Parts: sequence; C-alpha cells; structure tokens
Amino acid sequence: MSEVIVITSGKGGVGKTTTTANVGTGLAQLNKKVVLIDTDIGLRNLDVVMGLENRIVYNLVDVVEGNCRMKQALIKDKRYPNLSLLPSAQTRDKTAVSPEQMIKVIEELKEEYDYILLDCPAGIEQGFKNAIAGADRALVVTTPEVSAIRDADRIIGLLGANELKKVELIVNRLRMDMVKRGDMMNINDVTDILAIDLIGAVPDDEQIVISTNQGEPLVGSDCLAGKAFENICHRILGEDVPFLDLEIKTSIWDKIKEIFKKN
Amino acid sequence: MSLMDLFKKKNSGDIAKDRLKLVLISDRANCSPDVMEMIKNDIIQVISKYMEIDAEGLDIQITQTESEGNNGNVPALYANIPIKDMKHTGPAR
Repeated sequence: MSEVIVITSGKGGVGKTTTTANVGTGLAQLNKKVVLIDTDIGLRNLDVVMGLENRIVYNLVDVVEGNCRMKQALIKDKRYPNLSLLPSAQTRDKTAVSPEQMIKVIEELKEEYDYILLDCPAGIEQGFKNAIAGADRALVVTTPEVSAIRDADRIIGLLGANELKKVELIVNRLRMDMVKRGDMMNINDVTDILAIDLIGAVPDDEQIVISTNQGEPLVGSDCLAGKAFENICHRILGEDVPFLDLEIKTSIWDKIKEIFKKN
Repeated sequence: MSLMDLFKKKNSGDIAKDRLKLVLISDRANCSPDVMEMIKNDIIQVISKYMEIDAEGLDIQITQTESEGNNGNVPALYANIPIKDMKHTGPAR
C-alpha cells in the first residue's frame, strides 16, 4: 500500500521544499520506494534543492498533456536508487494542471512507489488544490512566527474541509536561544494554538543553507536538523521516536568553546 | 525606567502567542469585517428600541471567555454599548 503525503504551509518560505527533499531522501534511505512531485508549476525549486536540475528533460505538465510517458519524465536520483523526482514546469502556470489530472498522475505512480510526496506551492489557490487533491496525509510546515502560524491554521481548516483527516505538524526553524529567553514561541505554544499532532521539530541550522547550496539533502547527517528530519521519517513509518533535545547546543562544553571563540 | 518595568515587561514570545490566539478566533469564526459591521448595525437597531445609545461609541469584537461547564476557553461576542439615556425615546412603545 502506498501513501500519498502533501507537504504544505500556506505561507511561503517556511521550508516546504527543504522538508520535502529531506523527508523524501530520508524515506529512501530507509529502503522505501519514494517519488517526489514538485507541484509548484511556474516556480520550480525542488529540483535545485535536490541537486537534480541538470537532468530535467520532461516535466509534470508534459506527463499530464501526454507529451511523454511517465518514465521519461521521472528523474532517478543516482545517490539513492529508490528515489525519483517528477519536476514541475517552469514556463507554465498553475492552471496547466487540474486536480483530476493530478489524481490520475498519482494513481499511476502508486503502482510502483511506497511513498508519493507532493511539494505544495504557497497560497490557497489552484496550485494548493492540485497538490492536496490526491493526498492521504498532510504535513503542515510552519515556523514559530505569527504570520506562518496564522496561515498554517487556515491551511489546516482547508485540509479539514477537503476531508483530509491525517494532518500533522512540523515546526521548522526553531531557535532555541530565542525560545529560552522568551523571544520566540516554543513547540508547546505552537501545538497548543494549532491543535494538531506534532510529527517533528526542526531547529534553525546553518547546515540547511549549506546543504541547499550543494544540492544535497542533509537528512541523516550528524547535525541537529539532519537528525530531526531522520526522526520525522521514522515517525511517518509509524515508529515511536522521542523528540530531540534541541537544547543540546547550550551544554557546558559548548559554553567553554564559545568562550575560546571569543578570545 | 524603574526596576518594576523590568518585571512588568512581557516576553515577545508571549505577546505573539496572545495576539495569535485572538486573531485565530476571528479567523476561525469566519467573521469578516463586513459581517461584524452587519452584526453591529443590527445590535444598534435592537437596543435603540429600548434606550438611547451612542452608536458611534459602540464597539464589538470576538474574544475568548472561559466556558462555565466544561473545558477551557470558548469564543465570545463582546459588545461595549455606551448608553446615552436609559429612558425610552424610540418610536416603539
């Protein structure tokens, strides 16, 4: 049985694409057959974050319009034999695809893949409707900021109205130093307000920028964000993984290092 | 700046949480400013039958209040209606 997961947020720039890339790669590392679909037609980005931008020949719109076969449009990631990407079109707009056509594409992919991850565009218009049409499960990404949380709340409402029952929250870009001094909402504040299950908390991490620069998802690597994404993947598979202690950075050892850095 | 100000000052994280809670109540209640304006006008009409009120000074908003019976907070319509004259002056008798 394959599962179709949409990664959405409402607000732009909170980390949907980064999350899609890392969760997808992480599931592939756990030996699942995974396909990532970039549904952001006109503003494609998942390909560059994955480092696969040079291998695009056909795209999602080509598949929908019958210009090519599905196999021709799918890009196999050479680093992970279980992982493929269906890129979006850059020169078209959201109206090039309908929700019905998305469902058809997903049905075809279900035959071969365990997990189908849909990277949703920002907003609540056509692109959002396309992305959620065929989904069984949604991961709502937010950051601990008023604007992102407000949009996430709206998205959660819309997912409910579309009868998507399995909706889980990822709180991204947490800065524990700010949380500690009370200048950022903590994980509990955010889950209290949005009232859905938390599936992951990802700290703000420089390594994310570096990995995106290089086009190599960092899931599973030895940094906090990498671990956090790895844990999310395990939880998607239904495993009960304890949440990371994100305050690890302020250990005595780190404080000593800080002192030496300053001098 | 007194020492008391230091204690009174609220963390910006808490401010964010409080503001969000309020804004989400009206978001979720799906009350657009238009709807609120309609409710306001209807309230003015009804109350005006019985007493003279200051329509300009009337303020309504959706806030949170503790529910009596069960758990936690529920949305509430809060209305502040300044009365000019308790005596009935309207046409309906």
